[in-house]
Amino acid sequence: MSAVPKPGAPRPETRAVTPSGIEVPVVVTREMAAESDPGLPAQYPYTRGIFADGYRGRAWTIRQYSGFGSAEESNQRYRFLLDQGQTGLSVALDLPTQCGYDPDDPMARPEIGKVGVSLFSLSEMETLFDGIDLGAISTSFTINGTAAIIYAMYLAAADKQGVPREKLTGTIQNDILKEYVARGTWIFPVRPSLRLIADSVLFSNEVSPRFNAISIAGAHVRDAGCTAIEEMAYTLANGLAYVDELIRRGGDLTRFARRLSFFFYTHMDLFEEAAKFRAGRRLWARLLRERYGVTDDKALHFRFGVVCGGSSLVAAQPYNNIVRVAIENLAAVLGGAQSIFTCAYDEAFQIPTEFSAEIALRTQQIVQHESGIAATVDPLGGSYYVEWLTERMEQGMREVMGEIDAYGGVVKAIEEGWLQRRIAQRAREKKDATDRGERVVVGQNQFRREAQADSYGEVFRLDPQIAGRVLAKHAELKRSRDAARVERALGALETAAANDEQNLMPLLVECCHAYATVGEMVERLKRCWGEFQEPVRL
Amino acid sequence: MNAAIGAGPLAGKRILVAKPGLDGHDSGAKVIALALRDAGAEVIYTGLRKTPEFIVRVALDEDVSAVGLSILSGSHKELAREVLEGLAAAGAGDIPVFVGGTIPPEDAAGLLAAGVRGVYTNDMPLAQMIDELALALA
Repeated sequence: MSAVPKPGAPRPETRAVTPSGIEVPVVVTREMAAESDPGLPAQYPYTRGIFADGYRGRAWTIRQYSGFGSAEESNQRYRFLLDQGQTGLSVALDLPTQCGYDPDDPMARPEIGKVGVSLFSLSEMETLFDGIDLGAISTSFTINGTAAIIYAMYLAAADKQGVPREKLTGTIQNDILKEYVARGTWIFPVRPSLRLIADSVLFSNEVSPRFNAISIAGAHVRDAGCTAIEEMAYTLANGLAYVDELIRRGGDLTRFARRLSFFFYTHMDLFEEAAKFRAGRRLWARLLRERYGVTDDKALHFRFGVVCGGSSLVAAQPYNNIVRVAIENLAAVLGGAQSIFTCAYDEAFQIPTEFSAEIALRTQQIVQHESGIAATVDPLGGSYYVEWLTERMEQGMREVMGEIDAYGGVVKAIEEGWLQRRIAQRAREKKDATDRGERVVVGQNQFRREAQADSYGEVFRLDPQIAGRVLAKHAELKRSRDAARVERALGALETAAANDEQNLMPLLVECCHAYATVGEMVERLKRCWGEFQEPVRL
Repeated sequence: MNAAIGAGPLAGKRILVAKPGLDGHDSGAKVIALALRDAGAEVIYTGLRKTPEFIVRVALDEDVSAVGLSILSGSHKELAREVLEGLAAAGAGDIPVFVGGTIPPEDAAGLLAAGVRGVYTNDMPLAQMIDELALALA
C-alpha cells in the first residue's frame, strides 16, 4: 500500500516507454522515420489501409455488443439499438450456450442469461431475430466453442425467414486457439476443434460467401494482460495456424483468405494502438506473401473489428470511462478498423444499462460525424513518430512470433500451457506496475478522492425470473419437437464426427432444423472427441 | 520475486484459488495465485469450470486455510452461497471464503452478510489484499 502515490500528488506524466516496452524518443526526426515510407492506401503492404478512399467510401460499422437474459429481452434491446441508428448487431451469448450446456444442466443453472442471451436451440434464435430481417442486417456472434453450431443455427434461422443463405452477412468469432489461452470457453481438444473450424469456414465459403466464418481475435489475450505487440503477434500466429489447417483440408488459400477477419482490443496509449493496427495490417500481408506467395489483393487484406474498453475501464469514478472509451475509439479509427464496439462506462462492474449503452453508441456517432477524423485516409500517415513506432511495433511482433516458432508452434505452446503461463506473468507485471503507481489509473491509484463515495449511476438488474422462463421454454421444446427426427439428426452427426474428412456443417444444420439443442449436439461430439484437458500449472 | 518457502506473511498457509461455474476469465485468479505464492502460501489452483461440490471437496481433502473464489460472470451470489453451504454441511464452515472478480459494489455487502470473509476487486493493491488476508488467517 505504501508504494501507491498519495492522492493528488503532482506527478507529471513523463513516461518514456510505451506499454509494450518501446522507448519513446523525446522527438522523432525525419531521418529516424526515413526507413518507413508508408506509401499509399490500398497498396501493398497496406500500412495506410486497405481501401483507397478510407472511410469516405465506407464508414466503419458501429457494432455494439449486447445480449442478456432470454431471447425476448435481447430482441427488444436489438430493436432499440437498430432504431437508434446502429448499423450491425453483435450478439452476446450466455455461458451455457458458449460452453455447450443446456440450461437444465447443473453446470449451467447459475449462469443462465447472465453474460449474454441463452440460445439453446433454433426456437430461441427465431425469437431473437423476430421482426429483424436477416437479409438486411449484419450480425456478429461472439461464439467459439460452439461456433459451428451457432452458425448452423443462423443458417437455419435464415432458411425459416425465407432469406437466401448467400445474402447473409456477419461474423462468427470461431477462434478456438485463443480460448485455450485466455477466454476459456473451450470444449473439445485442440485438434478436433481445428477440424470444426475448417468445416465451418470451408462450408461458409460455399453457401454464404459474404459471411465471415472466423474472426481471429487478440482482444481476449490482451485483456488477460499481454501487451499490444504480443496481442498482435499471438493473433497472427493463430491466424497462420488456421491457414495451415485450411490448406491441409484442401481449401483454396486465395479464396478463404479473403474471408478471414480479425478482432482486437484498443487500450489507452493512443499512438501505440494506432501503430499496432497499421503494423499488424502490413505484417499479415507480408506473411501471406512471404510464406505462401499470395498475391491477390483481397486475400492479403487485413480486415478487423475493434472493441474499446474492457480491462482499461475502472470502477472508481466510472463516468471517467466515457472519456477513456472516446480516446480508444479515436485510436481504432486512426488504425483503420472496419467495425468498432465501444464499451459502456459501467462495464467495469455490471451489464450496461440502456442509458450507458446509449452513451457508448453516441460516442461513436460523435467521432464519426462530428470530429472530422474520417474525412481523409490514414490521417497519421507520414507522422515521424507514428511511422517510426509502426516500424518498431512490426519488429517486436516478428520477434514474438519467432519465439513461438522456436517453441514449436502455437498449438504446442497452448497444449503445454506455455502461452498461458506467459500471459499470466504479464498480467502479474501489469498489476504490480499499477500497484506501484508506475501505470497511472486516474481516480484509482492517482487523483483519487478518498472522501467521496463513488457514484455508479443506474444499476442494471437482470430479471430474476429469466432462468425459470428459459428452463420452462427448454422443457416445452423437448416435449413438442419431433423426437424421431432429432434422434436421426444427432445419430448422423455422431457417426460423421468419427470421419475426419467429412464436413459436419450440413449435419449440424439438420440438427438445428430438427430443434436439437446445443447441449445435445455437443454431447454427441464429446462422445467421439472427448474434452480438452486444461494445463493448470502456474 | 519468489519468496523462499516458509517465508512471507502467508507462510504455512494452504490456500485454494478456485474458478467456480463457467466463467473463463482466469487472469485475475492466476495473478492472485502467483501473489499468494510469493507471499509464502502454498497455493492450489483448480483451473476453470469447477462445481461448488468439487471446490468443497478439494478444500477438505487438501485441508486448506482459506478458499478464494474468482467470478466475473455475475453468478457470484449463487456460487459463493453454494460453496459456503457445502463447507458448512461438511462441518468445515470455519474455513474462510473470499471472493474476487467483477462484483457490483452493492453485491459486495450482500456477500459479506452471507458469510464471505472478504471481497477483493481488481482495484485493490495486491499488498493490501495480502495484509488483510494475513490478518484474517492469523
